[in-house]
Amino acid sequence: MTYNLSEKVLNIKPSGIRKFFDLVAERKGVISLGVGEPDFNTPWHIRDEGIYAFEKGRTFYTSNSGLKELRIEICNYLHRKFHLTYEALTETLVTVGGSEAIDLAFRALINEGDEVIIPEPCYVSYKPCAILANAKPVVIDLKAENDFRLKASELRNAITDKTKILVLAFPNNPTGAIMERKDLEEIAKVVIEKNIYVVSDEIYAELTYKGKHTSIAEINGMKDRTILINGFSKAYAMTGWRLGYACGPKEIIQQMTKIHQFAIMCAPTVSQYAAVEALKNGDSDIEMMKEAYNQRRRFLLNSFKEMDIPCFEPYGAFYVFPCIKKYGMTSEEFAMKFLEEENVAVVPGTAFGDSGEGFLRISYAYSIDNLKVAMEKLKSFIAKLKQ
Amino acid sequence: MREELLRLIENNSRIDTKELAKMLNVTEVDILNELSKLESENVICGYFTLIDWEKISVEKVTALIEVRVTPQRGQGFDKIAERIYNYPEVKSAYLISGGYDILVILEEKSLKEIASFVSDKLSTLESVLSTATHFILKKYKDMGTILEKQHDDDREVIS
Ligand SMILES: Cc1ncc(COP(=O)(O)O)c(C=O)c1O
Repeated sequence: MTYNLSEKVLNIKPSGIRKFFDLVAERKGVISLGVGEPDFNTPWHIRDEGIYAFEKGRTFYTSNSGLKELRIEICNYLHRKFHLTYEALTETLVTVGGSEAIDLAFRALINEGDEVIIPEPCYVSYKPCAILANAKPVVIDLKAENDFRLKASELRNAITDKTKILVLAFPNNPTGAIMERKDLEEIAKVVIEKNIYVVSDEIYAELTYKGKHTSIAEINGMKDRTILINGFSKAYAMTGWRLGYACGPKEIIQQMTKIHQFAIMCAPTVSQYAAVEALKNGDSDIEMMKEAYNQRRRFLLNSFKEMDIPCFEPYGAFYVFPCIKKYGMTSEEFAMKFLEEENVAVVPGTAFGDSGEGFLRISYAYSIDNLKVAMEKLKSFIAKLKQ
Repeated sequence: MREELLRLIENNSRIDTKELAKMLNVTEVDILNELSKLESENVICGYFTLIDWEKISVEKVTALIEVRVTPQRGQGFDKIAERIYNYPEVKSAYLISGGYDILVILEEKSLKEIASFVSDKLSTLESVLSTATHFILKKYKDMGTILEKQHDDDREVIS
């Protein structure tokens, strides 16, 4: 039978991560540096709260927007950590991961033909979600010489009279780049002048290694035009719980809630109870994990230095993004060959956009022992290349 | 770096100094200097290995002994504690608040040996008023480490 499917969906390319995943899945004993999720288990007190919620029979739907108690804790947390002030009941929506919040934000804002500016390399979901919402994605290729930060001039050049949204995703997957306050202030000027919205994916906000994260929503004049997206996956090692949230102007959150109500009903109830515990008592867990990530980050950067592999210093998330151009291979060729010869899996930078060409995404959400072995393999791999 | 270094080796004393240097962004010489300083200051008091003897069927009996003592004039509990902790069989000795005074952890090859230590040596010390001995039946977790093998990395390899 031939299936008459949506042209729009058919035309979306499958994720570049997926393609590489299928290749790796066929092999045995692979040392992976390819994951985008923490290696830590969810801290026990949070899991325990989940178990308690099950025992208590908290197995029903919550309100569409999420437990009131959770929304209040989210707002307390955002205030405490990032000086942001949101109203729990009208400006906060609990979602199924940051992923859902990204999708909702686009669908609530976009009219057919609106342009969404997406700085790449970036997480794989923005472009497809924008397309599914009938927008035209406009890509900005971020530059290694700017440490993969977005420059106001680059933004200005990409804006047309159709531009509706700028996607900001810092700390960044896959580069590990961050945007500091001064960088954001420059961007904010252009955004305000051109009267566009920002969808700010700050899922890695807790994981910065040079000062504290600044949210663009905190910059003067930005709160009214920003949809802030965050979640529990990375900060609390809760990827499988599927829980995130969006905060923003109530007019936008209201429309996002409408879509969420019809498509999802509500985020998982037990996860929401566990998340309350995470926000109330999880600060020290974050500190512990962050210290470990930072040690691994330094370990990798120093290993690259020893091997003479160029890599800018990334100050966020749990990725490093070394440049492999000097080996005369594309990212994909390098990653394939590295997999075939040393059985180590890294993700080619091109999985995150064309501007990732010449780079690899290496995740340090792994034990130091795992990283040590992988770096030895990388060393022997490039030694062979040089011969 | 001092505290971070200590936190790192607290759970893995075998981690090599070259690796530590890279993780803390200092030279290996810095690490070696700091470690020997910490050792000479007796901040680092030793390096040990956590062994689950049961897995190779070696008999070990561990007991927790609550000891009530009369403190001695001018010396408090320290003098009597010293007389107890100097026995090599004593693995740990702590001054405790609450219902008794000193907690002694003893490790021996058999129940009998523990019993004879308590009756012959511990109870006969003149300041010891009473003892209560608890035998450990099963160790679940020791030194912050769960003794059952933890499951492997079951994440997807790429995500
Ligand atoms: C930048 C970025 N945003 C969002 C997500 C999705 O996270 P969640 O688990 O909250 O849906 C990821 C996951 O890898 C990510 O890297």
